[in-house]
Amino acid sequence: MKFALAGNPNSGKTTLFNALTGSTAHVGNWPGVTVDKKDGYYKKLSEKVQIVDLPGIYSLSPYTPEEVISRNYILEEMPDAIINIVDATNLERNLYLTTQLLEIDVPVIVALNMMDALERNGDSIDIERLEKKIGVPVVLISALKGKGIKELMERAYAAASVARKGYSVLQNSKIKDMYAEILSLYNESDNAVFHTVKMLEADELEIAANPSIAERAAIIKSTIDNEEYDNDYEGIVADARYKYITEHYSKALKRSKSHTGDSRSDKIDKVLTHRFWGIPIFLLIMLAVFHFTFSENLLMLAYLIPEGSFDILIIGTDAINSPGVMLFNLIDLGTSSLGEAVAAALSSSPEWVSSLVVDGLLGGLFAVLSFIPQIMVLFFFLSLLEDSGYMARVAFIMDRAFRRFGLSGKAFLPLLMCFGCAVPGIMATRTLENEKERRMAIMLTPFMSCGAKMPIWATFAGIMFAGAFAEVIVFGVYLLGIVVAILSAMLLKKTALRGETPPFIMELPTYHLPQLKNTGIHLWEKLKHYVIRAATVIAGAVVIIWALSTFSFGFRMVEPSDSMLGQIGRVLSWLFVPIGFGQGGSGWQFVVAAITGLIAKEMVVATMGVFSGMDGDAVLDAGAEDLQGSNLANMINGISAPAAFSFMAFNLLSIPCMAAVAAAKGELKSAKKLMAALGFWMGAAYLVSALIYWIGTYWWISLILVGLIGLMIGISKIVKYNKLKLAKIKANI
Amino acid sequence: MDKTLKEFIPNERGTVKKVTAEGKIKRRLFDMGVTPGAEIIMRKAAPLGDPIEITLRGYELSLRRDEAAAVLMEV
Repeated sequence: MKFALAGNPNSGKTTLFNALTGSTAHVGNWPGVTVDKKDGYYKKLSEKVQIVDLPGIYSLSPYTPEEVISRNYILEEMPDAIINIVDATNLERNLYLTTQLLEIDVPVIVALNMMDALERNGDSIDIERLEKKIGVPVVLISALKGKGIKELMERAYAAASVARKGYSVLQNSKIKDMYAEILSLYNESDNAVFHTVKMLEADELEIAANPSIAERAAIIKSTIDNEEYDNDYEGIVADARYKYITEHYSKALKRSKSHTGDSRSDKIDKVLTHRFWGIPIFLLIMLAVFHFTFSENLLMLAYLIPEGSFDILIIGTDAINSPGVMLFNLIDLGTSSLGEAVAAALSSSPEWVSSLVVDGLLGGLFAVLSFIPQIMVLFFFLSLLEDSGYMARVAFIMDRAFRRFGLSGKAFLPLLMCFGCAVPGIMATRTLENEKERRMAIMLTPFMSCGAKMPIWATFAGIMFAGAFAEVIVFGVYLLGIVVAILSAMLLKKTALRGETPPFIMELPTYHLPQLKNTGIHLWEKLKHYVIRAATVIAGAVVIIWALSTFSFGFRMVEPSDSMLGQIGRVLSWLFVPIGFGQGGSGWQFVVAAITGLIAKEMVVATMGVFSGMDGDAVLDAGAEDLQGSNLANMINGISAPAAFSFMAFNLLSIPCMAAVAAAKGELKSAKKLMAALGFWMGAAYLVSALIYWIGTYWWISLILVGLIGLMIGISKIVKYNKLKLAKIKANI
Repeated sequence: MDKTLKEFIPNERGTVKKVTAEGKIKRRLFDMGVTPGAEIIMRKAAPLGDPIEITLRGYELSLRRDEAAAVLMEV
């Protein structure tokens, strides 16, 4: 037995799915598209029932991937029954989908959810009356409290054993004659009612599937003139559905009083989307989320705690870590002690074996693992905000600012997450409906400086100009990333990703308290794919880098400078001469550092540390003051300031890391699109770095050039103006 | 008097007369319940002036002013 679960977004569908399937749920993707595919089993009937959770949809139109998936699934897989979850507090719009599901030749059962919220307003629904009008079983449930689930499944099981023929509300509408005529063309075939309605609507998928019927249907439609709607049958059908719902179904709803006063949700909204306070409150909330995920100084307590008062493992030193950092430390403690134990166990084996296992294999795996805690904490907080209904408001608040770049307000969140880590940011782009917008957002992700790049900025800013402009430099890097992102968005919108701005017609769901259990339940499922993908890709890459930087071409263990990587770096360094850091004695070292940065940005400073004879970890742990005068400082000060800035820009804008590449591959679902994104990142990095280096080095020539170009534009304008004037004078004469 | 939803001010009420949008946007508006005869109350504009929030069929919907311009209203 197989039941499909269908319903509007925000109708409690996920909660019901969790209640039905519990731990048997499996999350994946629908073939070919990045829309969550969830299925699991309900085991409390005499027979095990597979539950397939269809994407949350408002309609079965051919316009969004979610809707097409749902409709194809129902028509092609023919589940034994459809459980249609309906939000009782939003009856009319939810039943709109029900009228469409009823047109398919599959048993349907309506699960009426959130009755408690409806009753809290003093309203009620006459279930028996509604059931009689709809003609299929209607069962009252509370997905949240797990009430009514057993009855729902028992009645669905009973309904599934009786074949059902589709029914359309159009049978009683003003276009019923036309409907009957087209229906006869389908000749009692499977799902004839559904196909008839789609043909009436001139649905593009239906016309493509049945061209011969489409021709005859067009003739039938041309004989009758529906002027009121400009012969727009999509409009007529939608209108007929809503009319039928208000006339027949809505009467089962009894409202106790007229809803003139503000609901609880309205009151919350008055504050959170306030004209003046809306944006500051939003920024504060985001700041709090990042603070609880990445801060090593929770609630700024360090200013209250005297120095040297405590140093507790994992918790913090003279300050309390955020939950994200605590988890990070915990994992770090576990992996480093495991690493040490393995190293000790391998102490008697050949050097290359322990180096491969400890530095290469385990090092790579641990690098992946170290990301997990903070990604999980970040995801957790953001899912809480999503679940509460606030994320829809974020899109509402930010839409105006994002539209001019070809993005909608919904793109704000994924891009914001990238300041923490590009991986969850890229994964979050799947909430964007429009495919072009999704691609655009993914292509902008590396430009938001992520946490792993911070050590690069800190090291360089601390060393350059003796650390005098550290804050300015770090701020400048973040600003550069944002500016490049904006320019790229404008460029992409005009070129590769041209197209109409995606519409923004979005429900603002009622606020409600987030459910911790629901938020937590699929957190691991979401991350599992990333972990598997990243573990294979990153661990593999790290082993390769380890081998390349440990062995010479003669396969002898050597110092990094003599290694294969060192040799390759020397060969490749000419590529980086035009952008300023490929030349000179240590040029190849910067080149190798930048290349390892493509694997993971944490490796940039560590690699440079190794080249300057310092332990990589020691460099990461050292403060800026400790680095002054060190070999690393000499190395960085050995190149010109514009070259150093160019190096930073290259690391900021190029491929962020292999984990991000793996995530982008998963979301883009196309090798070609992935290559385009990688090419775009490298191209942007190279171009911007070159500009910084050349303008920085030859700024006086640049100034003269800009002046000359300005002068030329000015002269041409004057000439044009005079010509126009002349022409006018001539015309007047 | 007829005007478009775009011209509505907060707390103004009206009934949808016609949806003049095209293709995908039109269908989306219909699916969300913006059909002729539906009663709409304009709630507010976003902090940056666009999009707007409306109440219809007992729930809250947000849409851009460009899209609201395609909804002809009877006041």
